[in-house]
Amino acid sequence: MHPAFSVIFLTTLIGVGQGLFLALYTGESYAVVELLPAQSQDFYVWGSVIAVAFLIGGLIASVFHLGHPERAWRAATCWRTSWLSREVIVLPTVIGAISVYGGLHALGWDLSIIGIETKVRGDLTLLIGLGGVLATFLLFICTAMIYACIKFLQEWSTPLTVINYTLLGTASGFTLATAFASYQAPDLVNFYGGWAIVITVTAFITRIASLIRNARIRAKSSLQTAIGVRDTRIKQRSMGFMGGSFNTRDFFHGASMLVFRSIKWIFLALTFVLPVILLSAGMATASMTMLIAAFVVQYIGLIAERWFFFAQANHPQNLYYQTVG
Amino acid sequence: MTQLALVIDLNVCVGCHACVTSCKEWNTSGPAGFMSDDNPYDKDPTGTFFNRVQTYEVGVYPNTETVHFPKSCLHCEDPPCVPVCPTGASYKREEDGIVLVDYDKCIGCKYCSWACPYGAREIDEHQKVMKKCTLCVDRIYDENLPESERKPACVLACPTSARLFGDVHDPDSVVSQTIREEAGYQLMPEWGTHPANHYLPRRKQKIHIHEDELIRADNPLKKEGERPKVDEEGHTLDDVMSW
Repeated sequence: MHPAFSVIFLTTLIGVGQGLFLALYTGESYAVVELLPAQSQDFYVWGSVIAVAFLIGGLIASVFHLGHPERAWRAATCWRTSWLSREVIVLPTVIGAISVYGGLHALGWDLSIIGIETKVRGDLTLLIGLGGVLATFLLFICTAMIYACIKFLQEWSTPLTVINYTLLGTASGFTLATAFASYQAPDLVNFYGGWAIVITVTAFITRIASLIRNARIRAKSSLQTAIGVRDTRIKQRSMGFMGGSFNTRDFFHGASMLVFRSIKWIFLALTFVLPVILLSAGMATASMTMLIAAFVVQYIGLIAERWFFFAQANHPQNLYYQTVG
Repeated sequence: MTQLALVIDLNVCVGCHACVTSCKEWNTSGPAGFMSDDNPYDKDPTGTFFNRVQTYEVGVYPNTETVHFPKSCLHCEDPPCVPVCPTGASYKREEDGIVLVDYDKCIGCKYCSWACPYGAREIDEHQKVMKKCTLCVDRIYDENLPESERKPACVLACPTSARLFGDVHDPDSVVSQTIREEAGYQLMPEWGTHPANHYLPRRKQKIHIHEDELIRADNPLKKEGERPKVDEEGHTLDDVMSW
């Protein structure tokens, strides 16, 4: 498939926002049961602002993928069948939930709704946050299922797609949370940094699993099934036209094999190896610069990872467009 | 239930592209507006087509066979492009099974083209909406046309009658009979999309030459005379009449 940068930025940016919110909520839950020191309201407020900024950034990027953005509101109508439509509904829900969560912290409304007795504060933000967490996971599923539900794109059609979208988004969010904590809540740096490393390593394993799976895929479609001729010696002599068309542009990445292969190694280094080294070093030396670098490197790696994810999928329609002439 | 479809006879198609050009001509002047055609005579021609004829070579030279293969939207019975559409712009008509795009609802997200394994959908670069074969829905129900012309433009244009059009759910229709008798098949059956369009396979062609065909049986003299030779020196009528 041809990787569109609008979709690459959409999926990676909202992944960071979702992951950061999960990190914030995890921090708050731990603080309630006194496993972590409680933080000032500012930490959650600014954390939510950053998370929402990433999500809105993703939303803006997605608009560039549309031919008619002014009709985008229509995209929420088919949630019964279309994962894209479901994503269009869940994304604003997540943005709304995180905004309310951050807003409650900003206003300091520590209301106790179901009356959990804690030394920290009321449970209103915890409840709203729980809704936000559920919506966040739902959004990971919706985004990934847009790709995983197309069964003949065999590289995508696997539960690993959903697992990877979730883990990679969460990993980048926790890495950003580590950098953010080093600025605003130094007590939490080791907690977030530790989890960022654990999730990044887990994501590394599942992403490698999908790379191995995809390297061993046997294409179900062939020229034989495409045109219905059983002979094994078929060659296309003409695809029906001598210029380009939508079919030749939108379903092939267009990069050379060398670039394609090297991007795999680049994203493995930038998304997984370097961030883990930078996170460990940053935590050991309490260096904010290194922790910020860890996030920046991981995000650049994720852009490469998403590019590779799209480029690797081999669409069966390409069988019909193999020879100009 | 009706399911209109095309049946394409690969044994008869000669790859003349008459269906491609007539399709483009009819649909570019249709109610949806023109179909993009950029740089048609320049370096990078590109445009929107609903129908293409591709050519395949089967076998190894010199024992090869050329297969001309026309492909347009197959109007699947279970079209994967329809459920993925987030706006409902892509739909399958209940009454005749034609898969269509509502251009006023389409947001141009291209998701349906990703979900079609046959590459039958193309985005119009100027209108920014997804387009595809409509089975000439604006023609086949047009009562201003004589009944014999209420067929898709490609079917009418085909000089060898390689294209048949009709209801594949009606067991008595010509298309259904042909599919049964000529072993009509569907493309990429492995994905369970059940395309409505069917293809008729290439058939072995054999010529039986009988004794009496070598000798002119109806020659009353039972004698093959020498053919008249052209007088190369003398004038013929052509020398006077040629232009």
